[in-house]
Amino acid sequence: MAAARATRAASAAPPHQAREGVLTTGVFTGIHRPFASPALATWPIQEKSYDPSVAIISRGFKGRRQSEAPANRVPPGQYITNDFPVLSAGPTPRVSLEDWRLTLVTDAGDVRSWTWAEFRALPSEEFTVDIHCVTKWSKLDTRWEGVAIDSVLGGAGRGAGFLLAESYGGYTTNLPLADVVDGKAWVAFGYDGAPLAPEHGGPARLLVPHLYFWKSAKWIRRLELSPEDRIGFWEGYGYHNYGDPWREQRYAGD
Amino acid sequence: MERTAVRGRLSWLAAEVVELVDENPTVRGIVLSCPGWSGHLPGQHVDVRLTAEDGYQAQRSYSIAAPENGEQVTITVELIGDGEVSPYLVGELGVGDVIELRGPIGGYFVWTAEMGGPLQLLAGGSGIVPLMAMIRSQVGATPAIPTRLLVSARSYDSMIYRDELAVLTEKMESLAVTYTLTRSQPPGWTGQDRRVDQAMLAEATWSSDERPLVYVCGPTGFVETVASILVGQGHEGARIKTERFGPSGTP
Amino acid sequence: MSDRHLDGNALGGLFNELFGREMTDQDACCGTCGAIGPLGRALAFLDAPGQVLRCVNCESVLLVAVATPTGVRITVQSLRWVELS
Repeated sequence: MAAARATRAASAAPPHQAREGVLTTGVFTGIHRPFASPALATWPIQEKSYDPSVAIISRGFKGRRQSEAPANRVPPGQYITNDFPVLSAGPTPRVSLEDWRLTLVTDAGDVRSWTWAEFRALPSEEFTVDIHCVTKWSKLDTRWEGVAIDSVLGGAGRGAGFLLAESYGGYTTNLPLADVVDGKAWVAFGYDGAPLAPEHGGPARLLVPHLYFWKSAKWIRRLELSPEDRIGFWEGYGYHNYGDPWREQRYAGD
Repeated sequence: MERTAVRGRLSWLAAEVVELVDENPTVRGIVLSCPGWSGHLPGQHVDVRLTAEDGYQAQRSYSIAAPENGEQVTITVELIGDGEVSPYLVGELGVGDVIELRGPIGGYFVWTAEMGGPLQLLAGGSGIVPLMAMIRSQVGATPAIPTRLLVSARSYDSMIYRDELAVLTEKMESLAVTYTLTRSQPPGWTGQDRRVDQAMLAEATWSSDERPLVYVCGPTGFVETVASILVGQGHEGARIKTERFGPSGTP
Repeated sequence: MSDRHLDGNALGGLFNELFGREMTDQDACCGTCGAIGPLGRALAFLDAPGQVLRCVNCESVLLVAVATPTGVRITVQSLRWVELS
C-alpha cells in the first residue's frame, strides 16, 4: 500500500508530491532540488526560497509503527490498537433512557417504534468481532451485546434495497440492506461487558463490523428502509459509499 | 479593535532545532531557527509537519511560547503517551534536526500591549504556553501592563515554567500568579488545591469593574467552565478570548 | 462531561490555505441559525475521519475538510458568509 499518505487532514501537501521529491538527509545537510546541478548536492539551510513541493525528512520520525498481527485479520493499511479511540464529528448527544426511542420506517411507510424497555425485550446476543476504522486503527476481538438487525426488522422490508441510519445529533450513514441482514449487523447496547458508554455511541449504536466503522452509526435513533440510496454524513463529505476495508474503499473514487 | 497584520498565504518553512529545554518530566521547550520567518504576535501558533523517510507525514499545531525574536520560534510540547508526534518531538528530536513549520497562525487569540489591559490570563495545563508568550513579551517593558495569571495544573511536577514564573513575579511588579493544583499537592503547599470555581476566580482575578482583557486557554472543559463563570461575574463576552487545547487529529 | 472538540483556532492553517490569509479573527455567519462570530470561536471536531467545523450557537456543520489521496476536499455546508476585514 502506498506509504506516502498524509494522515493529518486538511493542510498537507498532496501526498504524491512528498513521495517524489523526498530524499533522506540524515543529519541535515540541505534540500536537494530535482532541478539542481548534480555538483550542488549540498544546499545551505539559510536558503530562503524554499521549494514547498519537496518536503523535508525529519530524522528519526517514523509515525505509527505497523503492528505484528495476522494478515488475514488486519485489512490493508490498518494498524492494531489496544485502545478504543473516540472519534466524533459533533457533540455527544445525551439521551436519557426514558426519552430514547428506536424508530423503524419500512419501505411500505410503516413506522414502528420501541422504547428502551421494548427494545431490550427483543432477542439479543453477545458477540465478538473485529472492527476497522477508516482512520487506520483496527481493534480485534471486541465484545459486544446487541440485537441483530434481523430481529429489529422482523421480516419487514426484505425487498428494500437500502438501510438509511440516522442518529441523535443528526449523523447519518447509508448501507445496502443486504449488508445488515443475515447476522451481519446489530443494534448494540453493551460493550466489553458493560452498558455502551455515550462517547462510544450509547445508549445504542449500529454495529456493522465488516465495513469501515463510520458505518456503525453511534447514538442510533432511526432506521429507514428505502428502495433508493441516500448518502450519509461522511459519504457526502468525501468518503466511499460502501466502505469495504478489505478492498480499502476509504474515499469516494477508490 | 486590535490590528493584526493581514498576512497572505503561508508556506512551509524549514526550521532547525537550536536548543532544547526540559520544562518538566513530560514537557520540552524547542527553540528553532527558521529562516524566512516573518515574525509573530503573542498568542499565535504554528503548524508543525514531520515527514518520515518513507514519505509518511503527520502534522500538529503548537502555540508559540516566546515573543518575536528575529528568526527564532520557540514551541513547548507536552508528551502525550500514545501520541504519534509528541513522543518524537519530546523524546527523539535533537539539536540540528529539522522540522517544517507553517505560521504564524491566529488572529483572534492574540494580545499585544497596544491592546491595553489589565490583562487576565487563565491557563489549564499546557494552555499556559500561548499565555507565556504574552507574559514574556512584557519583560522589561515600561510601563508593563498589569497582569494576573491563574494556573491550573494537575500536580507540582506537571507545572510548566514554574521556576521562570517565580523569577518573573519577583522581577515584575506588574505580574501576579495564582496556582491551583487539582490532583495532588506537595507537602507544605500553600496554594489552591481544587478545580477552578467561582470563589477562586472572584478572589484571584481582576474584577469585571476593571474591564480586563481575558484570555483563557486549556482543555475544552476548563475553558468552558472558566469562561461561563467569568461571564456570570460580569465580564463582557467580547473581552474574553478562548483557545481550546487537546488531543486532536487522528489517534 | 466535556466533549472532545477544539475551536476554530486549531484550523487556522486550513483557513489560511482556503482563503489565502489569516481568518480566525474574521466574522462568519451560520446559515442555519444566523449567529455571527469570529471563525476562531467556532467548534472544531478534529478527532474524526475529517475535520468538522460547527456553529458555536446551534452546532450545525459549517464546513468539513477531508484529506483524500487526490487532495483535500473542503465542503462548505452551512457557512453562509465570511467577512474579510
